[in-house]
Amino acid sequence: MRHLISILVENEAGALSRISGLFSARGYNIESLTVAPTEDASMSRMTIVTSGSDDVIEQITKQLNKLVDVVKVVDLSEAEHIERELMLIKVRAGAKERDEVKRMADIFRGRVIDVSDNTYTIELTGSGGKLDAFIHALDSSTILETVRTGTSGIGRGNRILRV
Amino acid sequence: MDRVKTETLSGAEIVVRCLQLEGVDCVFGYPGGAVLWIYDELFKQDKVRHVLVRHEQGAAHAADGYSRSSNKVGVCLVTSGPGVTNAVTGIATAYMDSIPMVILTGQVPTHAIGLDAFQECDTVGITRPCVKHNFLVKNVADLATTIKKAFYLAQTGRPGPVLVDIPKDVTQHKCEFQYPETISMRSYNPVKKGHAGQIKKALQLILEAKRPMVYTGGGVILSNAAPQLTELVRLLGFPCTNTLMGLGAYPATDRQFLGMPGMHGTYETNMAMQHCDVLLAIGARFDDRVIGDPVHFAQNPRKIIHIDVDPSSISKRVKVDVPIVGDVADVLDELLKLLRAGARPDAAPLKPWWDQIGEWRAKDCLRYDRASKIIKPQFVLEKLYEVTGGDAFVTSDVGQHQMWAAQFYKFDKPRRWINSGGLGTMGFGLPAAMGVQLANPGATVACVTGESSIQMCLQELSTCKQYRLPIKIINLNNKYMGMVRQWQQFFHGNRYSESYMDALPDFVKLAEGYGHSGLLIDKPADVEPALREAFKRKNDLIFLDFITDQAENVYPMVPGGKGITEMILLEDL
Repeated sequence: MRHLISILVENEAGALSRISGLFSARGYNIESLTVAPTEDASMSRMTIVTSGSDDVIEQITKQLNKLVDVVKVVDLSEAEHIERELMLIKVRAGAKERDEVKRMADIFRGRVIDVSDNTYTIELTGSGGKLDAFIHALDSSTILETVRTGTSGIGRGNRILRV
Repeated sequence: MDRVKTETLSGAEIVVRCLQLEGVDCVFGYPGGAVLWIYDELFKQDKVRHVLVRHEQGAAHAADGYSRSSNKVGVCLVTSGPGVTNAVTGIATAYMDSIPMVILTGQVPTHAIGLDAFQECDTVGITRPCVKHNFLVKNVADLATTIKKAFYLAQTGRPGPVLVDIPKDVTQHKCEFQYPETISMRSYNPVKKGHAGQIKKALQLILEAKRPMVYTGGGVILSNAAPQLTELVRLLGFPCTNTLMGLGAYPATDRQFLGMPGMHGTYETNMAMQHCDVLLAIGARFDDRVIGDPVHFAQNPRKIIHIDVDPSSISKRVKVDVPIVGDVADVLDELLKLLRAGARPDAAPLKPWWDQIGEWRAKDCLRYDRASKIIKPQFVLEKLYEVTGGDAFVTSDVGQHQMWAAQFYKFDKPRRWINSGGLGTMGFGLPAAMGVQLANPGATVACVTGESSIQMCLQELSTCKQYRLPIKIINLNNKYMGMVRQWQQFFHGNRYSESYMDALPDFVKLAEGYGHSGLLIDKPADVEPALREAFKRKNDLIFLDFITDQAENVYPMVPGGKGITEMILLEDL
């Protein structure tokens, strides 16, 4: 099953490789991994999307907790949460395609953030599934480049992950 | 953080001062370019003794043996690049067995890092998967705190090796020296006390058990909980087994001890592990060499209580009913308190279980041909036990000799049996014995080895000479990598691919070449006299080269991946 694991980690050199190294050494999946500092510059927040049986997920959270730099670990998918991913997608938009691409971007509530004679670059946020749907909705021959951040997640309401 | 002293010191001075303040009396190491300033400071003082090994792997194993036999943190010091990579096998060995160690490594100067400098390697990168934690100190102002953290991390929670990588310029830079007295880290808070509710639940299961079994591992030794374990097992009247890592935690000569479990465990222990109704696992991790196939193991329903300081060891290979996370000694203290206060288990319902165990025991699964005209390795170990009165520190290398030593030397005390259980590192025995001897001056130390293993760290015979370490090397020489040969016999149609060693050295002459004495023993009748003579010579290292039966196998044996009761016994063949 797919799980969204949120990690608070000391903002130390090598912390990211300790975590990614743990996943590769023990053969766990990483579907996506995002990391950036939090409002407290001494700490980073990481979201890892992984999959595995309940036993595997239990081991993943235990092994993550065991890392000395890891402050807290939460499996967000255990309860109500929100997840978002950002995609930048560059598509061919010549005179012929321009209107159709813009219309599609509007439907998905994407924004055109860069324009050239024959391209649009569209910014789109949403769940991973929504981004996938947008890609499928476009004519695949018009897609020039995509870049995705991977999923970030946060608990709903009073579910708060902090020290 | 309290201020101890305010002085301006160089990084190298700080390193040595920290070691002194940590009470380190012995550092195993090998100098090189990146650590020259530290060696310069070691030279100027006499509180911390430096032991010069002949290869950095030996330094790590020696620090490891020092720690295992003394419950102190083992410390080693090596230079950058090859110094580190040579030590990696020793660090990984300590990591697999959770041994508290601090490894100080030199690094190229900070301005040269990443530029492929001479003797540069990514030390923290290379060692990351085989240490509990590691640090690269880029600023001398962080050095003292980092070393303090290293000692703290190494010894607390589930212990393990911690590495501190120190660039050469950091050892020259100066700063005000303050050594923190305590450390607190928001990201690191190991549990010590077990959950009271869980302990009560466990007690309930224990009291209701009809076919109980106590299964303990290295965690009991690391937690210094052998007295509590012994009291608990005697109070309960339960059968008990210690894993390869846990031997000595419960006296092996006691009637309630059934022998080691696992791939080369005793018949009675493996049967009891499989058929018990309540399994009390303490500081053990259900690894593949102990329980074999977890699916087969789970076929027999039993309630499992698991006490361990590391939550990730619980329910990793085997589902546990009552997990108790905490320091083993603490949890056993609590259990004992409850047992002393309340009702003790009734011994009568255990009688059928003990009768059953008695039947299993009657198989005499460790028997061997005592009338053999060729020296049987088991016989050497029985004699070693007799001659040393069961009171020696015994280190071993890895292979058949290791298993026979574990089976035939009855350890009654913890920290006497020193072996590489997790990683299975050939070459461990001799350097580990050096560490043991230095931590326990005057004690009897034997290194049980084979002609293949001993050649992997043979150079340390020179270190033994320099520091006059009177280790007795028990070389069980069958001219084969015995365990490899045994697997090839059982599972590869007797094709002994590359497991035979031609052109072995004359070990007696070799020992003499290093300034020691050697003895060649090739007749069973000479085994005991040779051992007696060797152990009488308290100040000398003696290399005893026993020419043993080439065809001897370790029994019982559970083939890899099989169930714990699917044992090959001597009688089956």
